[in-house]
Amino acid sequence: MPVMTYREALKTAMADEMERDDSVVMLGEDIGVYGGTHVITDGLLERFGPKRIIDTPIAEGGFTGAAIGMAMTGLRPIVEMMTWNFSFLAADQIIQNAAKLRYFSGGQVTVPLVIRGPNGGGVQLSAQHTHSLEGFYGHFPGLKVVSPATPADVKGMMLTAIRDPDPVIFLEAGALYGTKGEVADGDATVPFGKARVAREGTDVTLIAYGRQVNLLLKVAETLAAEGVSAEVIDLRSIRPFDAATIVESVRKTHRAVVVQEQWRWFSVASEVAAVIQEEAFDDLDAPVERVSGAEVPAPYARNLELAAFPSEAQIVAAVQRVLYRT
Amino acid sequence: MATETGPAPTGAIQGAFQAGVVPQDGAAAFRAPLDHVDVGAGTITASVAPASAGDGGLDHETLREMYRFVALARALDERIWQLNRAGRAPFVVSGQGHEAALVGAGFALDRANDVVLPYYRDLALCLVFGLSARDVMMSVLARAPDPMSGGRQMPAHYGSARLRIVSSSSVVASQLPHATGTAYAAKLRGTGQVSLACFGEGAASKGDFHEACNFAGIHRLPVVFFCENNRYAISVPQSLQMAIDNVADRAAGYGFPGVVVDGTDLLAVHRAVGEAAARARRGEGPTLVEAKVYRFHPHTSDDDDRTYRSQDEVKAWRAWDPLARFEARLREVGALDDRTRAEIAAGVAAEVEAATDAAEAAPFPDPATFDRYVYDGG
Repeated sequence: MPVMTYREALKTAMADEMERDDSVVMLGEDIGVYGGTHVITDGLLERFGPKRIIDTPIAEGGFTGAAIGMAMTGLRPIVEMMTWNFSFLAADQIIQNAAKLRYFSGGQVTVPLVIRGPNGGGVQLSAQHTHSLEGFYGHFPGLKVVSPATPADVKGMMLTAIRDPDPVIFLEAGALYGTKGEVADGDATVPFGKARVAREGTDVTLIAYGRQVNLLLKVAETLAAEGVSAEVIDLRSIRPFDAATIVESVRKTHRAVVVQEQWRWFSVASEVAAVIQEEAFDDLDAPVERVSGAEVPAPYARNLELAAFPSEAQIVAAVQRVLYRT
Repeated sequence: MATETGPAPTGAIQGAFQAGVVPQDGAAAFRAPLDHVDVGAGTITASVAPASAGDGGLDHETLREMYRFVALARALDERIWQLNRAGRAPFVVSGQGHEAALVGAGFALDRANDVVLPYYRDLALCLVFGLSARDVMMSVLARAPDPMSGGRQMPAHYGSARLRIVSSSSVVASQLPHATGTAYAAKLRGTGQVSLACFGEGAASKGDFHEACNFAGIHRLPVVFFCENNRYAISVPQSLQMAIDNVADRAAGYGFPGVVVDGTDLLAVHRAVGEAAARARRGEGPTLVEAKVYRFHPHTSDDDDRTYRSQDEVKAWRAWDPLARFEARLREVGALDDRTRAEIAAGVAAEVEAATDAAEAAPFPDPATFDRYVYDGG
């Protein structure tokens, strides 16, 4: 299988789908001549022309609303948010319109819309460019929310997202755009609502999504050297949510640590912990641990930023606690 | 509420209100819908559509059809208020006073092809585009056959995919960006469709209005922005909503024409929107048409308009009741007489009655279906 970066895999999926389906259009700031501020759409203007690759005015609510209108009348727009932080400007369009139109039209209207962009931090852009919005968007019925961590998944899930008849919040791991991995050629779709066992193990289940999956794989290596076999689960999809894969793993390991970059309160990790206690309470040998971002706006200085996000040491310490080794 | 002790929003309005003078945003007295369009001062950039004359070039059959829609919208609106006051309809959003503008606009479009994005006062437009009184009443009473949403959305949030009436949100102006999207899709695919996007003057304060007009101007989209300026956003008068007389004046800033029209003159609106739609179809881009109208009733059944406008003002505007004006015009040109008027009135009354009966006899939605339509296949 060819090896490509997360960035290339993402672009490949969108370009392939634009070739296959001429109802797919793209809107966003600087996505045309400039190729995207994160160089995701580079070359697409030349391939597909300005009618389908639309450089928009700086107006997130306006172009997201336009995309909703397009989606309601048969196009399949992909909206780029320069960063997910800027989606707050379009929150009414996303939450009050895209998410509710099918319901409020009694099923007459569909909104096949993908909104995508970099989520989370780790690249020193501070708190107005750094947000982890999976818990926020995952809260709203009517939206689908995914957070792929690998090049293979970002391609496969983007193909699925574009073909999905409902609005999809596509949260890319911005810090991982340059990471490489094997990506299957062709129509290698990855379904929503199916978590991935990224590493098998028997002693403890480590659960994350997005860039924290890579952190967990490193932690699993460290733990292996200490004789602890960790299973790593990549959620991939926040809504719909795959409880079965988590529960199956916890029934085997009896211990779980959930890791996320976002804040702890009212978060995805909280939901995962609740699901485990609801569905696997009798299998647990220790309380579920959550390792989360610190309750501060993401800071700029490298050392401050590192201090605000989950670290290998914090995760190892949480694992030690659930193993009662402290 | 205008109080003796509270701070006045502006001296002129408050003073006029207390003195019992019609508070026409500071003007001394009310005369006609276009009185405050200060053409002579040279402050406006919009053009003013001329008043209509005669039959507007339409055959009598079409004129009577238009009249019937105005009368039907009025009768249906009145019935919904009655049901509300009798405790049988939970909520009313009224469009009385807007009907002629909406019927004029609707008839100016291709009703078999164009796309409309109404807001909650646009009952008359939706009737013109094919919703029936029965459809509307099912929604008002939240019954299972409600074709808008199956009892999920509030009344007056019209939507029919089949009739190209785009479902909208309660949040004002949020439909305007959608209209740029429907117009963009039409242009990309060459469908020849024009999108008519309706909103009130209050919605023109929203960022969505600006962002939509800007986008539509840039891409010269086939869209008509149709502002129904009824002078109040719930209680807030136009003078506290904007520092200018005409929403249409803003069109110049987006690179397309703005037109002010007397919204109580059905045929004047018909011509203004017709010209805007023709311009859009020729690929020349958007137009902002602002119809000056007046809302005769409170904002909704939850509003008491006596707290913010004098009943003298409401009474003065009744002289420009669009239904009465259009009826007088039709009589003048010989398109309506006592007999045809009575026939239409009887037909409308029967339709409203049948719609009410059908809706009251219809079942409520099955509670087991409450979570249907959240996602595809759900």
